[in-house]
Amino acid sequence: MLLIKNGRVIDPARKTDVTLDVLLDGKAGTQDARIAKVGANLSAPDAEIFDASGLVVGPGFIDLHCHLREPGGEISETIATGTRAAARGGFTAVCCMPNTQPVNDNASVTRGIVERAAVEAAVRVWPIGAASLGSKGEALAEIGAMKDAGIVAVSDDGKPVATARLMRQVMDYCGPLSLPVIDHCEDASLFAGGVMREGPASIRLGLQGIPPQSETICAARDVEMAELTAARLHIAHMSTRGALEAVRRAKSKGLRVTCEVTPHHFTLTDEDVHYDTRYKMNPPLASCADRDALIEGLADSSVDAIATDHAPHHAGSKDVEFDRAPFGITGFETALALGLSELVHKGKLSLMRLVELFTTGPARVLGIEREIVAGQPADLTIFSTDLAWKFRASESASKSRNTPFDGRAFHGGPMATIVAGRIAFRR
Amino acid sequence: MVERLQHLLAIEPLDREQITFILDQAKPFQEFQRFPLKKLATLRGKTVAIAFFESSTRTRISFTTAASRLGADTMNLQAEASSLKKGESLIDTVRTLEAMRPDGIVMRHSASGAPEFVAARLGIPVFNAGDGTHEHPSQGLLDALTIRDRKGTLENLNVTIVGDILHSRVARSNIHLLTKFGSRITLCGPAMWVPKELEALAPNVRRVLRVEDAVKDADVVMVLRVQTERIHEPAIAPEEYILLYQMTPERLRLARSDALLMHPGPIIRGLEIDPVIADGPQSRILEQVTNGLAVRMALLYHLVGGAPIDALHPAKERSNAAD
Repeated sequence: MLLIKNGRVIDPARKTDVTLDVLLDGKAGTQDARIAKVGANLSAPDAEIFDASGLVVGPGFIDLHCHLREPGGEISETIATGTRAAARGGFTAVCCMPNTQPVNDNASVTRGIVERAAVEAAVRVWPIGAASLGSKGEALAEIGAMKDAGIVAVSDDGKPVATARLMRQVMDYCGPLSLPVIDHCEDASLFAGGVMREGPASIRLGLQGIPPQSETICAARDVEMAELTAARLHIAHMSTRGALEAVRRAKSKGLRVTCEVTPHHFTLTDEDVHYDTRYKMNPPLASCADRDALIEGLADSSVDAIATDHAPHHAGSKDVEFDRAPFGITGFETALALGLSELVHKGKLSLMRLVELFTTGPARVLGIEREIVAGQPADLTIFSTDLAWKFRASESASKSRNTPFDGRAFHGGPMATIVAGRIAFRR
Repeated sequence: MVERLQHLLAIEPLDREQITFILDQAKPFQEFQRFPLKKLATLRGKTVAIAFFESSTRTRISFTTAASRLGADTMNLQAEASSLKKGESLIDTVRTLEAMRPDGIVMRHSASGAPEFVAARLGIPVFNAGDGTHEHPSQGLLDALTIRDRKGTLENLNVTIVGDILHSRVARSNIHLLTKFGSRITLCGPAMWVPKELEALAPNVRRVLRVEDAVKDADVVMVLRVQTERIHEPAIAPEEYILLYQMTPERLRLARSDALLMHPGPIIRGLEIDPVIADGPQSRILEQVTNGLAVRMALLYHLVGGAPIDALHPAKERSNAAD
């Protein structure tokens, strides 16, 4: 039993923000660990007490988009190290993309991940299965069998679902399985070997640019297919105003279309790139106008979730010329702090809305509910909104250090991550 | 006092004083190229690594000759013969070179930003001899020297650059350099090679897509080579390029009568330039090559030689002795 005392309990599902106690009960680390009671002045003589005075208590954070690299990429990250980093970032559940080696395109790989996570993970691991075999964009992956093994969505992330025809098939197939289809929106002919967003900065640096239309064309295609099939479409790491407008149009038509934005896309722009490979990711950092549009979308509920796209790469692979470096940055441990510093403290978003983007927002994308009431899983994220601290990549729990936020000063960040009634991280 | 350069990575971060200093220092080296004995002892005992990870003839020979005329030894890395083909990374290759204790490294690389990447990791001066589609700073300096010699100034000139600007590192270095002195740049070429965003590179940069309009009133006309090897998008047909953009005597006549015709080379006669004007009286193309030696000697002398900014110039020392 764990009794969290005097926390500022923010529950976006009910839009409540009051100082309360939360009692967790049931065998910690199992399905039985649940929220037992929420109220004022609770007492439980046998319970361990967590004093949350001055801290926010939210539902457990969910990250819809990360790369744990296991199996196959253990030099950069493992389920054990990645989920420890996730716990330090306040995440109680993370959805890992299928672009591992081998690709998670069949039930045996899915089961391997789930079994490994059961033994080694610090937080819940919810695998995402490939949409096509090998994510090659040809034949459908074994989606039904993977669903039985534990996937929560499908995606060919790292690349888009290759064609409109394949997307239609995947969506048709996933509809009855109640699986959202997550797409990495990119037009291959416009992407064309680019390494950053096309614009004045790419022109100045002489780096091959990727126009925003690479994302918007593919997003528009996907929305059309979602309308045709009535499937659930989720647009990954959205980085452009154009794609956001496509999502808004889809939502206004009542389509089941959702989207996520990463902390780096609401924080940085293409002007920050220079030749530092820690600023190289895909989709690339956008123009200032696009970044501001994303922030508007986060505020007005057009965007459903903040997702990290945590993409660890070992030091050697990023210590190369900008053109040759792989795309991606780590993100678990800075996500909440960036949300607080860049969105809430700057007056762009309410604290309630920020918590929603990390909790009930992503939960609904997956078709589940997250709230702080008796009977819900005993997953909670406890954080400070004002703690002054500095992120140091060298102290990260991730195996990789590829982050542009090394040394950045923050106000506010995770204080404790409670997964199935167990404290997975405590500052 | 002029701020001392640690590396020559790009023109963009330099100020007018630093540029003027290098051009002034190159002047005695221009004179020196006409001496019968073209050898100084200034950099005797120094070694300059010349590492070209992308093919080049003229820039490579120019830097090698400049080093040699200053008395330095050179170490040559041939990209084709190097370990790069065996999978060695750039950083391992240059660290291996550094372990042989050169006093500076001249490098060309197909990746924009590669010299900056190397400079951040090595303790010796790095000279960018062209990086991807970013900059070619020594070319910008030698072009400026050529223009200043002929026009007496770098200020208030109309400079027109014609060709594939998007993929040109020469154009970027020239745009940054000349606009720092208040000259006006007109960029011209097929529209997909002259994106509007280029106008944001520096003040007083405009694009004019009709070549006849672009060369009007120009003091300097720079023609760029059509770089077929660097084109990602569908290339334009050569006949079409010739028809619309080739620099011809008729088009050059629309510029000022004393306009300079320049080209960074190598030229493809009959494609971007009509041979009649390439060899004509307004052409400064070979003078650019000679000035390249003088500028590169000045750069090596200051960055590798580490001489005080106000030291007596070595070429003058030599000419005094000869008197």
